[in-house]
Amino acid sequence: MSSKATAQPLSLKIASGAFLAFWCLIAAFPIVWIAVMSVKSPRDAFAASAWDVITGPATRAAGNGLSVIDIALGLVFLYFTVRWAFTRLPGMVAQFSPPGFIVLGWLVGALAYGLVFVLIFFGVLPYVFGALNSIAGPLGTPILGLTTEHYVAVWGENQFYRNFINSMIVTAGVVTVSLTVGTLAGYGLARSGSNLAFWLLIIALVFRALPHSVLVAGYLPWFINSAEILRPILGDLSPTLYGQPWAIIAVLVAINQPFTIWMLRSFFQNIPAELDEAARVDGCSHFQAFRRVIMPVMWPGVITTGLFSFLLGYNDFLVTALLLDAQNQTMVPAIAGYFNRETTTTDQVEAVAAAVSITAPLFLLVMVFQRQIVSGLTAGAVKG
Amino acid sequence: MKFKTFFWFVAPSVFMMLLFIAAPLISVFIQSFQITQPVMQQVEVETCTPGFLTQTCVTETKTVPIIDEATGRTQTTTEWVGFQSYQNVLQMDKFWSAIGSGNWGDILQIDFWKALRFTLMFTLVTLPLVVGVGLMIALAVNNAAKSLRGPVIFVSLLPFIITPVIGSLSIYWLFVGDGILTATLERWTGQDIAMFAQAWTIELLMYFYRVWHVAPFAFVIFYAGLQTVNMDTLESAIIDGANRFERLRYVIVPHLMPLIIFIALIHLMDCYRVFDEIIGFRSQAHVISLQWLTFDFLTPDDAGNRAISRAAASAMLTMVGIVILLILPLRRTWRDHKRGAH
Repeated sequence: MSSKATAQPLSLKIASGAFLAFWCLIAAFPIVWIAVMSVKSPRDAFAASAWDVITGPATRAAGNGLSVIDIALGLVFLYFTVRWAFTRLPGMVAQFSPPGFIVLGWLVGALAYGLVFVLIFFGVLPYVFGALNSIAGPLGTPILGLTTEHYVAVWGENQFYRNFINSMIVTAGVVTVSLTVGTLAGYGLARSGSNLAFWLLIIALVFRALPHSVLVAGYLPWFINSAEILRPILGDLSPTLYGQPWAIIAVLVAINQPFTIWMLRSFFQNIPAELDEAARVDGCSHFQAFRRVIMPVMWPGVITTGLFSFLLGYNDFLVTALLLDAQNQTMVPAIAGYFNRETTTTDQVEAVAAAVSITAPLFLLVMVFQRQIVSGLTAGAVKG
Repeated sequence: MKFKTFFWFVAPSVFMMLLFIAAPLISVFIQSFQITQPVMQQVEVETCTPGFLTQTCVTETKTVPIIDEATGRTQTTTEWVGFQSYQNVLQMDKFWSAIGSGNWGDILQIDFWKALRFTLMFTLVTLPLVVGVGLMIALAVNNAAKSLRGPVIFVSLLPFIITPVIGSLSIYWLFVGDGILTATLERWTGQDIAMFAQAWTIELLMYFYRVWHVAPFAFVIFYAGLQTVNMDTLESAIIDGANRFERLRYVIVPHLMPLIIFIALIHLMDCYRVFDEIIGFRSQAHVISLQWLTFDFLTPDDAGNRAISRAAASAMLTMVGIVILLILPLRRTWRDHKRGAH
């Protein structure tokens, strides 16, 4: 678009740039703002002036704050750790993970990195900086109020880590099972042009449209009474499905299935059918061709679909709120528990801190997988 | 691919969908015509309180559920009640009396009709906004310098990826009683503003939240579509003297039409399920949606009872609604498929 005829007048360029800047502000503001609120004392977090919320005078007065030294050194440290993650970490993961388990290696690597990062940043650095501040004089006095007390309260006293572990169990289960089942079906549907395949896809589309509450209304009586219903078949081993994480996994996988098979089918259709025909000529069965020839080139599609399954399992409120009991609640419904006892402003800020804790993993996810998410969004649409 | 191979590839997925989607649907359908209640019996209870000289004793009859000796649970019976649960949800008598007396507003006092009104309006109001805002962002990003596009896409994805309950909460906290934006608005207008005290302001915030949440999805798809616009057509339009707006109207929008239909379809399905906003904005006293109605019936009340049969009836009515909304788009797909086959 560089020819003279399509060149744009300055006013249009400015308008489009301004609109874009405005959109970015709107898109990021609520999320950034709750992150800022979560590290202030309750009085600052709900202060009437925006400047007070950002600088946090009450938080600073309570002795929690960052000095110029803290901010400068912290930023330098942050820059180097992030840089290290992008330059050295991939090499180390490739070196230490056994061949064929590179995905597992990445999981372990990312987890270890995150753990060390949190330990250094919140365990070691505060003490080092505290010592520096005490000898630095005016540079060492806090200028920006910041406190982690709400996070400590949420994760420590309120045992939010239990909800976190439950969330992880449910999401990991949902992603694994729905990808295993979904890739098989997606491949079958992509390679079969029969009317049956078409009808299956249409029925899946209708299933996708169903409100989840309709399905949960169907599960609930059976899940609560499942021990008695299953007794004639399974004897005393029969479980009460209500409140079982694995029952939730099965439910979420099924709810997710229509979307998964549509998306995986469109990815499989991009892989030329000649590839599996060649494998078949070489003597593979259909399943072997799928396992050894198609799957290795399918990883981008599988990762993308996995991301969307992750989002479904992680973000779900309705199913988990109704089918899990309080002991093994996941994070998102657990936050609803905060509203009910949200009586003081401290409670409110703790709820904000819990909300930020839920958002943080998603933020990392977008950072790492932006390209895959975009390709996943367009895959379904452009190929229809 | 032979049918047998196809069958084995698809079987696990189809099995899960049958067991966890189709079977619950049938179960809900049956439950909506049944009602399960604890069996009650009348018992005479004598309660005595200490008094001077003699005890004061009162005998009264109480209705208590029969408890099964063997299992220790209350006995229940299940009866067929026909359309009674539907009647309880729809409350047609009140509906007709409201119409008969000419007070149309009274219809919206009934939970189901209130929820239906909001759900439909929510879907129809946000649909054009999402398509419009998404298209505008896509055009603006397409206009921006290459180095800016990555960061802009990153920021735009945040509202889309965030947990819906948390997303609506984050907006709720900006506007709640002493939230920062309410405080700013109050300073500008000089009046006392309470965003969560009346239905229409909550609804406005909900529309805003939904557009904020879904526009990035529309944007990403339109942006991908814009990369494939035929440059030759665009150039011939310029030679024919079409101005910028006409080019957008007659070249770019027709090119994006299939994508607009796709987004509309997905948006229709997702919006009809509106639920998380009700939780995030805590609006159940003012604004409710169809999914929330079912959720509310399914949540145990203070006595620990769940209104299963009423939930089933409202779930069936919700489903009828989405089927009606989807009939037109699906018929189109079927016609396209048949045309493609011949």
